[in-house]
Amino acid sequence: MEGRVMANQAPVLLVEDNPDDEALALRALKKNHIPNEVVVARDGVEALDYLFGTGRFAGRDLRKAPPVVLLDLKLPKIDGLEVLRRLRADPRTHTQPVVILTTSNEYRDLHTSYALHANSYIRKPVDFNEFTQMLGEVAHYWLSLNEPPPPAPAA
Amino acid sequence: MIPLHKSILLVEDNPDDEALTLRALRKNHLLNEVVVARDGAEALDYLFGTGRYAGRDTQEQPQLVLLDLKLPKLDGLQVLQRIRADARTRQLPVVILTTSNEEHDLVSGYALQANSYIRKPVEFEAFMEAVRRIGLYWLVLNEAPPQWKEE
Repeated sequence: MEGRVMANQAPVLLVEDNPDDEALALRALKKNHIPNEVVVARDGVEALDYLFGTGRFAGRDLRKAPPVVLLDLKLPKIDGLEVLRRLRADPRTHTQPVVILTTSNEYRDLHTSYALHANSYIRKPVDFNEFTQMLGEVAHYWLSLNEPPPPAPAA
Repeated sequence: MIPLHKSILLVEDNPDDEALTLRALRKNHLLNEVVVARDGAEALDYLFGTGRYAGRDTQEQPQLVLLDLKLPKLDGLQVLQRIRADARTRQLPVVILTTSNEEHDLVSGYALQANSYIRKPVEFEAFMEAVRRIGLYWLVLNEAPPQWKEE
């Protein structure tokens, strides 16, 4: 039980390359009193480094998996769908809760995200107040209502 | 004709929990039709248009499946497995809503690609609030997967 509380309190991973959107998201989370630390990855490689404990995150304790990953789709280096594909292909992360958070309204993105078992797909509202409210709801859902999967056993 | 609101499939064998869930949804003005299946076999009949739902248009799938785990006939995890194994329902948002405290259920639920796993709060107000937030999240905020089409 203690492990689960820990999981909920672990940092949230926000994968976002646009500095304005990042600032907006951090502000929205703060405004909604989300207590979790937020780690920001600015491209797909950084996101994978965090989740697999490689690169600048070498040695990170992988048992502290984010209770949710907020994943943009259009990203430099490795795009969001490829990040999701790699998470689902690895036993350490294949059940990691991932919410796609995107402005894309392309059918292909929606379909592929669900085909790769994204837990949820949310379109970013353009309006600031709507965005703040939406992100608050999303964060509360995944941080205080949803029960995250238990950490994968250490390899 | 396309209905304005897609349905919610509530898979729940406990009549008290069923009544409470319906009440919480109505109270929050979630107007989606709620189809109740009282065991696992009924849930699959609805989704796949068999048994008493023979002939139902299975291109029309619910926007959300609220799935209890302890169910007569076929349990919730078996239902989920069948949902994920069929092209018509593979992408359906499924939220497990259960009193189960067992780690096995949590692990299996996610391994079978439940979208979310929620423990039923025991206390009345907390239960109502949980259903409200689940409804808001999956019926309003979340973008539902594209409708399945026969190739």
